Amino acid sequence: MHRDELRRRAAEHRLHLEGFAHHLLVCSSLGCAHNDALITALRRSVAERGMESRVLIRKTGCMGLCALGPLVAVQPEGWLYQHVRPEDADVVVASLGQQPSEQLLVPPDLPFFARQHKNVLALSGRIDPESLDDYLAAGGYAGLFAALDMRPAEVIRRIQESGLRGRGGAGYPTGLKWATVAKARGARKYIICNADEGDPGAFMDRSILESTPHAVLEGMIIAAYAVGACQGYIYVRAEYPLAVHRLKLAIRQAERHNLLGHAICGLNLDLAIQIRLGAGAFVCGEETALIESVEGRRGIPRPRPPYPAEKGLWGYPTLINNVETYANVGPIIDRGSRWFAALGTEASKGTKVFALTGKIVHTGLIEVPMGTTLREIVFDIGGGIPDGHGFKAVQTGGPSGGCIPAEHLDAPVSYESLSELGSIMGSGGMIVMDDTSSMIDIVKYFIEFCMDESCGKCIPCRVGTAQIHRLLTAFQERTATEADLAQLEMLCDLVKNTSLCGLGQSAPNPVLSTLRYFRQEYLDRISESRQPEDRP
Amino acid sequence: MSEPILTLVVDGLQVSGLASETILKVARENDIAIPTLCWLEGLSSLGACRLCMVEIEGSPKLHPACVTPIQEGMVVATRSERLHRYRKAIVELLFSERNHICAVCVANGHCELQDLAVQLGVDHIRFPGRSPQLAVDASHARFVLDHNRCVLCMRCVRVCGEIEGAHTWDVKNRGIRSLIVADFETPWGLSETCTGCGKCVQVCPTGALFEKGRPVAETHKKRPFLPYLMANRAREHR
Amino acid sequence: MTMLRLATLWLDGCSGCHMSLLDTDERLLDLAAMYEFVHSPLVDSKHFPEAADVVLIEGAVSSHEDVARLRLARHHSRLLIAVGDCAVTGNVPALRNATGAAAMLRTVYLDQPALNPQIPATDLPVLLELALPLHHFVTVDLFIPGCPPGAETLLTALTGLAAGTVPGPPLSTRFGA
Repeated sequence: MHRDELRRRAAEHRLHLEGFAHHLLVCSSLGCAHNDALITALRRSVAERGMESRVLIRKTGCMGLCALGPLVAVQPEGWLYQHVRPEDADVVVASLGQQPSEQLLVPPDLPFFARQHKNVLALSGRIDPESLDDYLAAGGYAGLFAALDMRPAEVIRRIQESGLRGRGGAGYPTGLKWATVAKARGARKYIICNADEGDPGAFMDRSILESTPHAVLEGMIIAAYAVGACQGYIYVRAEYPLAVHRLKLAIRQAERHNLLGHAICGLNLDLAIQIRLGAGAFVCGEETALIESVEGRRGIPRPRPPYPAEKGLWGYPTLINNVETYANVGPIIDRGSRWFAALGTEASKGTKVFALTGKIVHTGLIEVPMGTTLREIVFDIGGGIPDGHGFKAVQTGGPSGGCIPAEHLDAPVSYESLSELGSIMGSGGMIVMDDTSSMIDIVKYFIEFCMDESCGKCIPCRVGTAQIHRLLTAFQERTATEADLAQLEMLCDLVKNTSLCGLGQSAPNPVLSTLRYFRQEYLDRISESRQPEDRP
Repeated sequence: MSEPILTLVVDGLQVSGLASETILKVARENDIAIPTLCWLEGLSSLGACRLCMVEIEGSPKLHPACVTPIQEGMVVATRSERLHRYRKAIVELLFSERNHICAVCVANGHCELQDLAVQLGVDHIRFPGRSPQLAVDASHARFVLDHNRCVLCMRCVRVCGEIEGAHTWDVKNRGIRSLIVADFETPWGLSETCTGCGKCVQVCPTGALFEKGRPVAETHKKRPFLPYLMANRAREHR
Repeated sequence: MTMLRLATLWLDGCSGCHMSLLDTDERLLDLAAMYEFVHSPLVDSKHFPEAADVVLIEGAVSSHEDVARLRLARHHSRLLIAVGDCAVTGNVPALRNATGAAAMLRTVYLDQPALNPQIPATDLPVLLELALPLHHFVTVDLFIPGCPPGAETLLTALTGLAAGTVPGPPLSTRFGA
């Protein structure tokens, strides 16, 4: 289909949607349970009142405030109902065109929503993830349509000017990566979407894939056009069945409507996208290990250089970006680099999605402009610490991130500031700890994760993490000595500086950051009786 | 077009090499010894053991010499207090990983791990031994695989796949639980792909792979056979 | 020159390291000129002396008794030297560490064919679960690996110590040598 046909289709669907007086949007993400029963109950209630022609019930992706789920949004009223059970269906439907139900209503001025700035998640919770028409009607694929009017170099320049940086963790400038792949010589080129989200407590990418799978495809198609790739892969974990299902559906819809396949939109552009399922190895989120895995081998990292941009999949130039990075692409092309660059800080542009978990009132998925302070995220958006406890630390960046203490709560969230504090942006996991949490217990958990997930290729990561784990056990059991503390620091330095890939190099971060901010907890656990005061 | 020749400085010495050559290759040609374990001439380079890490002026990171190509004007240091400290700790980590008891090992005196310990001045192991319970696979008629001595250098995996073309060996599990396995974890003697060529035994740096019936004094590994074999193959090819 | 007071201790080892010391043959006389043997399985003394300058310790730490003797030696000695692989790495006694002490006793006394299979109730020290090298318990001043370290190596080390220099690695020895 040509772009004009698709635009027409979007306009028709928009008219169809506008024909309904009320829209009930029901969160159908993995986090919100019982939603099938809820939708059935809502349908029945609407039918009983004979309102089928006026009320449209739609399944949507995540609305973010998982702590209050299942959520139902009422449009155009703009109400949000919380903890909606199937038996509440009548109350919900009865309120349409009347007053909102006080007992279900989420206060409209809740800072959780007011303080966010949704860009990647703008359509999440507002459209049916399984409907291409919904995405088109909401302005989806406008970025692609605009990109196809530009030369590939122009597309890359726009991405460069936007200042977009990789959302998977390392924050490498996306435009630079694209330019490198575009320049690299190869008989063919590949693009890959890294959807192997493995950090414990992180579900940013899952939510994006479950809520707006077409946004990821759109970003990939634009990228393929820009760098000259004709084959794409989405590497997604098998533990995300709903995301996989919706991706497959989206790919099929895109193929059927000539957004993928041969002569996309009637132009000289071919792209096929296939899904590759990960088998549960965390290290396969590392780009070179991911490539090995796509090739059908053991997922172990290769030394870089050569970088995938020069020699990637099967030795050909390969562009790898993460889910959230691709999801940013369409809006940047559609709304312009300047719009994007106006958000965020000097070096970290745009917005970032975080999964807020741990000891916090409003657990859920949030999106804020870069530069928002940790305090705003934890206390305004997150609603603070529950049960009257005090804030102790926030861990950013997943198992290889660091723990940031209260005295740095006013630090802005950006690649640079988090790294200065000994942590990393990572893919966007944020775990809040209260004053009852033991840092040693938490750090040991993360090191255990890294030890279990080490691929075993290089010695420092394979054996070093195991020895660090042993030392942390000694601290946990209060049998550690001062020599153990020195050895712990020595091993962290070794693993950080000599490991082959990013997993190993960042594995000691939780230990190093807690040694920096919570050293007393380590000292308190040094056993007096085991001090070797043994010389004459 | 012939390959460009680049000049660089390694440990204060002016040296030169082809643009496609690695720091390790150029260093060895100039008699500059860099410790290695997973690297073996004739096999693909893994960059896994991290012993050949070197410092490059202007880069805060360390670089594995076996996979880092040389660059014009590069200034490389293969020895420093910091590198020595790291190399020593890595060898100690290896000793602590499995049950390396040299006194009762078939490779005693012919072992590259033992040699590295001497070379780097490792006179004790600071980390407690993990003492895992590991099997010895003696099911093959002529050879034995003793996991207790394995350092997971992947030389056997590579020589079997790259040179012999059998790909009998691979790795199961990951991280600290990694184990070398034949086929889909069958006893070596029952492997359907193993040709019994013994290349893996010859390239194994420790006593993890050895020939049956040879006393310690007669256990010699013929590691330089690989470049010889490769040269012959190349000649036949022409 | 003042004579240095030399002690030697035999923990869980095969006595091979002590044999190596005897293997210095006639040069024992040279050693005797530098050192006074104050305590050793090779001399007749029951108790560790109050003050030793140098103590050579052979063997891994395998029992509670070993721990006590090691700590006592450490307290009363200026320089403590781990001699041989058992003292340095655990070596052969540490072969049991993968399965633990009880399993080793079962293997030795019950699983092997014997006239009267039983684990002796007396005459066996109470074993620690793991046989460990000395430096897991006390500060060690010098490590001399080897199984056993050769007579020359010991001689070099002791001569150096007597001359007031602590010989560091590389001594001409290695694990398993």
